[in-house]
Amino acid sequence: MTGVNIGILSIQGDVAENVSATRMAMDELGIEGVVSEVKNPEQISDLDGLVIPGGESTVIGTLSLVSGSLKKIKEKIASGMPVLGTCAGMILLSKKAKDRVVGEMEQPLLDHLDVKIERNAFGRQKDSFEADLSLEKIGISKFRGVFIRAPSVIDIGKDVEVLSRFNEKIVAIKQGNVIGTSFHPELTADLAVHKYFVTLVQKKN
Amino acid sequence: MIPLSGDIGNAKGIVRENTGSFETHRGTSTLKRGFAHMLKNGVVMDVTTVEQAQIAEDAGAVAVMVLDKLPADVRKAGGVARTASIRIIEEIMDSITIPVMAKCRIGHVYEARVLAETDVDMIDESEVLTPADEFHHIWKWDFTTPFVNGARNLGEALRRIEEGAAMIRTKGEPGTGNVAEAVIHIKNVNSELRRIKSVYDSGDEQDLVSIARELKVSYSLVEDTASLGRLPVVNFAAGGISTPADAAYLMTLGCDGIFVGSGIFKSDDAKERAQAVVLATTFWEDPDKVKEAQKMVDERQSMLGLDTKNLELRMQERGSTA
Repeated sequence: MTGVNIGILSIQGDVAENVSATRMAMDELGIEGVVSEVKNPEQISDLDGLVIPGGESTVIGTLSLVSGSLKKIKEKIASGMPVLGTCAGMILLSKKAKDRVVGEMEQPLLDHLDVKIERNAFGRQKDSFEADLSLEKIGISKFRGVFIRAPSVIDIGKDVEVLSRFNEKIVAIKQGNVIGTSFHPELTADLAVHKYFVTLVQKKN
Repeated sequence: MIPLSGDIGNAKGIVRENTGSFETHRGTSTLKRGFAHMLKNGVVMDVTTVEQAQIAEDAGAVAVMVLDKLPADVRKAGGVARTASIRIIEEIMDSITIPVMAKCRIGHVYEARVLAETDVDMIDESEVLTPADEFHHIWKWDFTTPFVNGARNLGEALRRIEEGAAMIRTKGEPGTGNVAEAVIHIKNVNSELRRIKSVYDSGDEQDLVSIARELKVSYSLVEDTASLGRLPVVNFAAGGISTPADAAYLMTLGCDGIFVGSGIFKSDDAKERAQAVVLATTFWEDPDKVKEAQKMVDERQSMLGLDTKNLELRMQERGSTA
């Protein structure tokens, strides 16, 4: 097969939006390849890159554990596959998560990003917001952040780069080839974050 | 893909403010409809207690809906059904991490205000409760909190969206344990969508205008919907879903997700059933996995259910002409 093979984890959440954003980012950059919805370990093992969408992290985590996908994704990350996790996706990529109100959580995680996540860090849905951010380190000077019951990053290890902050809160990070955002780039018409990601996949490939 | 924009010019629910060094917006269509997008392919479960909410969360529910009584008990109790006790809603919000929704009566602007102040994540303006206004639904653009509404056909769905609903669900016939009505409603919506899409594709604007008049909604909303070929917001199935196979079947009809009302907590195997319905909804395309899910429940433990033909109370008819 020519080109890159990018999968969108399609257990639950805004899968179609990520398929579309990834597809359009590849088209605009002239990168060849396929974008497909992936649900089971066999599909995941063939991937060059993976996007974990927004949704409920407890649901995506629990059902990925049941299907064996969680273990497969871990192996692929260990072998260097680039991953983009938005909102719930970033929570799943982390080592530790707690909820702002309920406290420490025992939920299935991918245990990769050396960070602690605070879930629902900005409050409940009424407090969900949009704001213009910048991700200068990856060459994006202005990006509309759509935060929906969003998490934030509260503790970071030494290998983790901070890509963006909203006031004092860390809202985008990168560790190796793995990127996590508190916000939903797939819900805006701006493809900059997805373009950065597919470029990463192409380089790795 | 479903577009997220659609704000009216003067939506009072949109709040512009400065947070530290950032200018922020809350309550936009992107945020309200976007919230519903995060629920896609998931199961929202009706609950009345903290214990039930925890079972729902552990089973993989994507959100819970808090009621005073489950729809089957509302049907049995009669009288006036109102929004749930605020104290119970707050206890549930403090004990689980997934979104918490609650129902208010159709047209009851102040029950909705109270729920918004309580900080629930979404408000269901629901026919399960006794309507407070037979002629008007809530003007949902006034709220920062998103709303979901029930609909039996395309006209109802589009009228609710025009009032600001960020999400639609079928009405079905709540509290019956019978999916028959939900099936009719989703098929109605699908066939009407196909009809307006074909009119749109034919370029016959005059026919599209007469459809807008017939549906009692604006031409622009009919045009947008027709060009999309689907509802412009997320659309879930609800009303009478009791088994994993029920959930999987409704997913095959093109629903974006599932609401389960009485089906789980009026059964005698709620824990297993909650997990099984989630599994069947997630893997609906895989009959083998749905079989595994169906195997987790015992039909002898299902709620008995009601024939929808001879009901004294047809909840689905509430608010349908408005």
